[in-house]
Amino acid sequence: MSDWLIALNAIVAREALRFFHQRGRFLSALVRPLLWLVVFAAGFRAALGLSIAPPYQTYITYETYIVPGLVGMILLFNGMQGSLSLVYDREMGSMRLMLTSPLPRWWLLFCRLLAGTGISILQVALFLAVAAAYGIRFPLAGYVAVLPALVLAGLMLGALGLALSSTIRQLENFAGVMNFVIFPMFFLSSALYPLWKMAESSAVLRDICAINPFTHAVESIRFALYAQINLSALGWTAVWTVLLLALAFRGYDPARGLVARKA
Amino acid sequence: MNRFLLFRNILGGRRPATAGRRGADSPPLRLAISALALCLATSPLAAGEIWVSNEKDNTLSVIDADRFEVTRTIPTGERPRGITFSRDFSRLYICASDSDTVQVMDPETGEILHDLPSGEDPEQFVLHPDNRHLYIANENDAVTTVVDVETRKVVDQIDVGIEPEGMAVSPDGAIVVTTSETTNMAHWIDTETRKIVGNTLVDARPRHAEFVKNGSELWVSSEIGGTITVFDVPTQAEKAKIRFEVKGIHPDRIQPVGFELTDDEKTAFVALGPANHVAVVNAETYEVEDYILVGRRVWHMAFNGDKSRLFTTNGVSGDVTVIDVASREPIRTVKVGRFPWGAAYRP
Repeated sequence: MSDWLIALNAIVAREALRFFHQRGRFLSALVRPLLWLVVFAAGFRAALGLSIAPPYQTYITYETYIVPGLVGMILLFNGMQGSLSLVYDREMGSMRLMLTSPLPRWWLLFCRLLAGTGISILQVALFLAVAAAYGIRFPLAGYVAVLPALVLAGLMLGALGLALSSTIRQLENFAGVMNFVIFPMFFLSSALYPLWKMAESSAVLRDICAINPFTHAVESIRFALYAQINLSALGWTAVWTVLLLALAFRGYDPARGLVARKA
Repeated sequence: MNRFLLFRNILGGRRPATAGRRGADSPPLRLAISALALCLATSPLAAGEIWVSNEKDNTLSVIDADRFEVTRTIPTGERPRGITFSRDFSRLYICASDSDTVQVMDPETGEILHDLPSGEDPEQFVLHPDNRHLYIANENDAVTTVVDVETRKVVDQIDVGIEPEGMAVSPDGAIVVTTSETTNMAHWIDTETRKIVGNTLVDARPRHAEFVKNGSELWVSSEIGGTITVFDVPTQAEKAKIRFEVKGIHPDRIQPVGFELTDDEKTAFVALGPANHVAVVNAETYEVEDYILVGRRVWHMAFNGDKSRLFTTNGVSGDVTVIDVASREPIRTVKVGRFPWGAAYRP
């Protein structure tokens, strides 16, 4: 096995071990979207309005609408959780150990992102299974078609977490990330309400939502779940992934990023 | 993706220009395309239409029952509501309520051939199995008018309760039932004597009636009562009452109106008006098994030819929802005119 694959294997195995040992984390990752689905969305069952926007071809309940957004929520929280554990790793010293590897730093970080995305997808699969049991089902082809969209969205949000973690000096600062990144990203997106609904309250709000990368991630997932492709959403998600990856790799570059600033 | 769209994309929508040109020129591909096009032309894709009356637009929308697209919009008299085809589908009868007439249309050309004398404010009607007599509910006059469609003359007028609306005829043609919305009754009319032979109370505001199970049962929906009353026809006695309860919807908004039964008559679909749902009822146990989300204020419905799809008219949202009967899932909603009301199938 080449050195690159050994590194990938080791990093993925470490993340998987960490994940499976933290059952609480697994449960909380599932409970959060389920609470939104079963409690929050229940009150809005028939409240979505009249427009039928693609990919939907008929009227849907709010619960059906919100599921792709909650899938995005799992990826978003996991991306941020990844950033939290990177800060933790840095404080504990295991990050230093990993980064001493002779392999390129970007590859190590990318492996880390892949591992995080893989774990997110496991959680998404479980969430979709519970949602199906609850009565919200998608076409069978959608469950397969959604995989590439999940990988791309997972990488994008992971890269965002990585970029953020390169700027966070201490674990305590992570609360700020929650308030200033996760919540605005989630609420100012199409996860909870379609953009046409946002436009009814304010065109500015709609525009903000329309440029939010999380909106593009959610929309690519939404279309993929119905075995359709939203090229614009997928394209923007890909562009944001590349941008955020570049930013993250730059942040971890010893000559430029936080490491340099600390020194 | 819709199979038809997928097929269209494969045929030519999404290929790079150069590859497409070269590909289409190659004989085997051209042959394949021709074969596929032939299949498309001979497949049951063009097998049937759903005709919908648009109450506020004074039009009919004709929907292709396979492609779920409006193919024609045809002007009618004022406020078209109930519509029905003659047995051979060569004539369409339209209750043009505010024109106080029943119009007769040639469905091929969309031309109004003539009007029938209907009495005032015709809302619903039923064509007798003899294919000759129309029984029309005159909402404002509290009468049921019998019209001979050949002589175009009123044969009789039968006094019924106030605001008659629902009309049904038994399969053998012996009994016609009119339901009156304010009197809250089903009036049983002997078609030989054209006299009322029975009046049975139902819940508030009965809107629609149908003889089912070979004429052994009469179902009457009550809009305000929120129920369907099932009668045993030979005894005219109430046999069962079907009630509805939709999660998250206030009981006042559950207003059953139109309903249809599957071919095996084991399952009924009931439009629940402003509850925006269609109920799926087990027609043997009279239990509700499911609720299907459709557009706003669903009134009436019609099956396609093989009864695999059900088309519901959603008045307030101005559209028609297509339900897959086997899976009981709504699969498409098609925009039609304003306030679609009645629906009828034509092969």
